[in-house]
Amino acid sequence: MEKTRPSLLPGLAAVGAGAVFAVALLTAEQQWAVGALIAGAALASLAAWRFGLARAIGASVDAHEGVLNAAVIAAVLAVTAWFYEDHFPLLMMATVLLSATTCIGLTVQFGYAGMVNFAGASFYGVGAYTAAVVVKYTAVPHLLAIPLGGLAAAALGSLLILPMLRTKGHYTAVVTIAFAILMKTFLEVNDTLGGPQGMKIRNVTVFGWKPNTALEFGGVELSHYVVYVVAALALLVLAFGLTRRMERSWVGLALDTVRIDETAAACFGHDIARWKIVAFTWGNALAGMAGALYALMVGFIAPNNFTFGDSLILVSIILLGGIGNLWGAMLAAALVVILPEKFQIIQEYRFLLYAGLVMLILLFRPQGLLPRTLRAYVPGRA
Amino acid sequence: MDIGLFGQYVVNGVMLGMMYALVAVGFTLFFGVLDVIKFSHGDVLMVGTFAGLATYLGLQAAGVASPLVQVIGVTAMAVGSMALLGALIARYLVMPLRSAPPLNTLLITLMLGTVLREGVRLFYPEGANPKPFPRLLPADSIAFGSFTVRADSAILLLAGLAVIVALNLVINRTKLGLAIRAVAQDEETARCMGINFTLIVLVTFAIGSGVAAFAGVMNGLYYNEINFGMGLLLGVAGFSAAIIGGLGNIYGAILGGFLFAALQTIGAVALPFASAYKDVFAYAVVIAIMAWRPSGLIAEKTSERV
Repeated sequence: MEKTRPSLLPGLAAVGAGAVFAVALLTAEQQWAVGALIAGAALASLAAWRFGLARAIGASVDAHEGVLNAAVIAAVLAVTAWFYEDHFPLLMMATVLLSATTCIGLTVQFGYAGMVNFAGASFYGVGAYTAAVVVKYTAVPHLLAIPLGGLAAAALGSLLILPMLRTKGHYTAVVTIAFAILMKTFLEVNDTLGGPQGMKIRNVTVFGWKPNTALEFGGVELSHYVVYVVAALALLVLAFGLTRRMERSWVGLALDTVRIDETAAACFGHDIARWKIVAFTWGNALAGMAGALYALMVGFIAPNNFTFGDSLILVSIILLGGIGNLWGAMLAAALVVILPEKFQIIQEYRFLLYAGLVMLILLFRPQGLLPRTLRAYVPGRA
Repeated sequence: MDIGLFGQYVVNGVMLGMMYALVAVGFTLFFGVLDVIKFSHGDVLMVGTFAGLATYLGLQAAGVASPLVQVIGVTAMAVGSMALLGALIARYLVMPLRSAPPLNTLLITLMLGTVLREGVRLFYPEGANPKPFPRLLPADSIAFGSFTVRADSAILLLAGLAVIVALNLVINRTKLGLAIRAVAQDEETARCMGINFTLIVLVTFAIGSGVAAFAGVMNGLYYNEINFGMGLLLGVAGFSAAIIGGLGNIYGAILGGFLFAALQTIGAVALPFASAYKDVFAYAVVIAIMAWRPSGLIAEKTSERV
């Protein structure tokens, strides 16, 4: 007997509301307006959760995944089109999309395979520096900087695989923390890579076209960040699509067993080392690609953008979103990137407030905003 | 290299090693009783050092000019206030998360570290700038041929050694130490034997944090300058030291501390590349050691039960 499918409407309404809210938040300049918007959104989510609307949205998303994923992409494109000539909101959107891509990588590591990685920002930085080196020192086509960035991050990460496979728990954490500090120190003292001043990336050219100049399109001048938002969105869609497929497949199932109980997984014939290598490498490659695109976009990178503190922010994002939930990670990435930028009044105090907020979440809602749900063997019919 | 310069490097390295060891001992003690990593440890050290500096300024304003009284007051205040802070952190942040995944504890203490660091930067008067730390110890030189040791370095080294020895005696020779070791070995059995678990955990956190504050004051007296970021570096170095030594083992922590300082010193002076790479070298060796001995040089004796 077929149950009636949940309606598409609540999901579409949620996506639409999200898009309108994003436009309003990115437009708001007055501090009181930003505050009111955030308070309103918090109240609205609380009300939605209280009156069962959240469940209706969840059911709708489960039942119409494909349509709603497309709707989200359309919504991001619509918001991009809305801000077609404003640099700052577009830059923020692209940064959110790139952070979200990195956090999807970390989700694979933390959430699926259960491997800690406190060097997320370092792998992002490896990608960024690879892009800078490709543009500055080589004749490689600049578009290839993005896959090369991912490749470099994955390759450098493979140096850590042996210690990471042999160690457990806190000992694994120290391997990645040591790597994060090593990487930042190395970038700071290496003169070829610009030392503490970092590197400038000039004259990016893709097939003879310079994406870092404003472009004309039917008589309308577009901000050059439009290109990067679209590129970052494409990268995010690729990362999300592949990771989602992986999660749903037997690969994801194997990763889950490795995380939940290594001994049992090994007893059932899973090669633990293999799955950990897969998860670690895939996560680092995503971070590296996102970093490379970031470097091309901002045109200037320095070791201070890729510190241990930044890695911690990335870890906090996935924790805030709910470890293992891709949508949660993306939502949290948006919150964590945009809020401090919009709350200029708290700019000076933002790290303080932000750290305090994460502590409160850990104490009172340790599962994060959107906890990962149980695996649904047939999506939509949980 | 002449012997005087060599001696200087050795003194520097030993001093650093002493500080790392004192920090690492805290990590290993906390791990022993609760199986958690408290990452705010380095920042607690930093806050303790600033508390010491404030005490010095207070004593100065109150007209107490004797350096001896001042150094005792500064140390007592730093150690005492951080012992209290450590116990509070354990009670209100670490113990409530006992049933949560270890990652959450690690994160909450990391965030607490950020809060402490930012708190000092924003709310301590001119906290964002490096602060001069007073020279409270006699600075006469003691010469051995071409090799001279400043008296304050010698006093600091002896004081650090005394703290390590005293801590060792407390852990291994007193009833309190016995209780700490019992809790570390098996919480439930320890409770059955009438040990007040919460009290022992709080006392352990107080001891560890007090020792870290002592290391912070040592750091201030040795370098005569402190800043709000000093805790992060000392914390990470101390954590690495505790890990390469092997968590849960106080000798491992001491060994790890001196080993890490030795690596940094060797990286700075004895290797062919620029001394700026000393941290790169030290952390690379840490990673290599983890690959070689995955649970530290002095590994915990455990067997996994399935």
